[in-house]
Amino acid sequence: MAIRERMSGNEAVAYAMKQINPDVMGAFPITPSTEIPQYFSKYIADGKVDTEFVAVESEHSAMSVCIGAAAAGARAVTATSSAGLALMWELLSVAASSRLPITMAVVNRALTGPININNDHSDSMGCRDTGWIQIYAENNQEVYDNYIQAMPISEYCRLPIMICQDGFITSHAVENITLLEDEVVKDFVGEYEPAHYLLKKDEPLAVGPYGVSPYYMEIKKAQAEAMKSAGERILSVAEAFEKISGRKYGFFEEYRLEDAEMAVVVIGSSAGTGKDAVDQLRAAGIKAGLLKIRVFRPFPMKEVAAALSGVKAVAVMDKAEGFSACGGPLFAEVRSALYDLEDRPKCINYVYGLGGRDVTVGTYETIFGELAEILRTGETGEVYRHIGQREGEE
Amino acid sequence: MDSRKETMTSGKPDPFRSAKNIHENSTWQELTCGAEIYEPATSRLVNTGEWRVLTPVLEMEKCKHCMLCVPFCPDICIPVKDGRRLDTDLHYCKGCGICAKVCPFKAITMKREEK
Repeated sequence: MAIRERMSGNEAVAYAMKQINPDVMGAFPITPSTEIPQYFSKYIADGKVDTEFVAVESEHSAMSVCIGAAAAGARAVTATSSAGLALMWELLSVAASSRLPITMAVVNRALTGPININNDHSDSMGCRDTGWIQIYAENNQEVYDNYIQAMPISEYCRLPIMICQDGFITSHAVENITLLEDEVVKDFVGEYEPAHYLLKKDEPLAVGPYGVSPYYMEIKKAQAEAMKSAGERILSVAEAFEKISGRKYGFFEEYRLEDAEMAVVVIGSSAGTGKDAVDQLRAAGIKAGLLKIRVFRPFPMKEVAAALSGVKAVAVMDKAEGFSACGGPLFAEVRSALYDLEDRPKCINYVYGLGGRDVTVGTYETIFGELAEILRTGETGEVYRHIGQREGEE
Repeated sequence: MDSRKETMTSGKPDPFRSAKNIHENSTWQELTCGAEIYEPATSRLVNTGEWRVLTPVLEMEKCKHCMLCVPFCPDICIPVKDGRRLDTDLHYCKGCGICAKVCPFKAITMKREEK
């Protein structure tokens, strides 16, 4: 029987961790992810789990602990945000290239510069190309469900995984949530039994050798192939998860997209607001739809293109500024996906919500209004746009 | 989900592969997952001596077997037997020239290798 509860996104992740009972947690506190190791430490102190908690002096060390633990044969977890994730950067690639299945709860917060504690996706988008699987959540239920699916994906593919949620918006907001029973979670996630690990008595093992030029390219190619094939595993784990939970997941969620003329593509909690906007526009007879990306790495390129193939105009919303001078990271991926369509939609980019700037139904109404204007005139205009900032005279 | 009993990479099983079967002509499919090495002492398989430009040449008649070169060698290129040093083991020698520099009897000279 499923358990009805009320909890914050951080508490939901810590609760999922408790149900899984991982071997090692290396973590350093940083707002807004601090509560995850905090709640989890209480579970350890209360004897609810037997996880070894390693209190470290920095996130660089937190990720190093996870790498060491995972190489030794342990199921290793951590949690971080913003500058903490940035400080892990060097080790993120080490974890991925060593093919160590570490699970990291990322509570998205703007990168410092200027310092800010609120939500955007600049932290995890900044490390999108380090070889980690990235799965994003709209609400507390999704982050809990994604966390339960993380290890069956990551350990099978031998790729580390980030389970991302929006700082404060979901991490600190208390919502109704349906939890699975401990035994159901334990059966689903299973035991971690790697084929090779450092503490295996009869098999000497070296992890992370020097990859000289004659080998480096082959090692990277193998890593790229593993990421390409991870999509299939993500879907089969989602299918198995639906059987125990009744909740269906895929690479993305299509909301009123089947006959839509205009659509927005968005990641995370802003999708909830977007769905309200779509409902209001639909009530007014406007064919609006929404595509919410759940899996960003591996990027489901063909599937995104297929989902948007019937749409005439698309606005891709980036909650991260990329400084490419031509659009954000999600825009680059989605627009690239659309390129292979015979009859591709017009496509524009909106960078929004940086450092916790509000996104409202009104924001979406403005965006859909711009898409309608593009359809009316046939002119795309400037594709790289920002929304929500104060503007002076030109 | 039973994730571990079928540990796989790219949909294929993750088998044991001996380092001696992995070389510079191996394809990406033939490497181990994460470039792991499943045996000890595999450095014996790698001739790092091929990096060498200059080679230490020992004139045995000048050598007094003082053993100063042995601890100064940054690698393990100078074999010792019964209190006497033997000729340099070039398998690991990078040609750094430290042995020649420290030799008090000028018994070692660095020379370009003739091929």
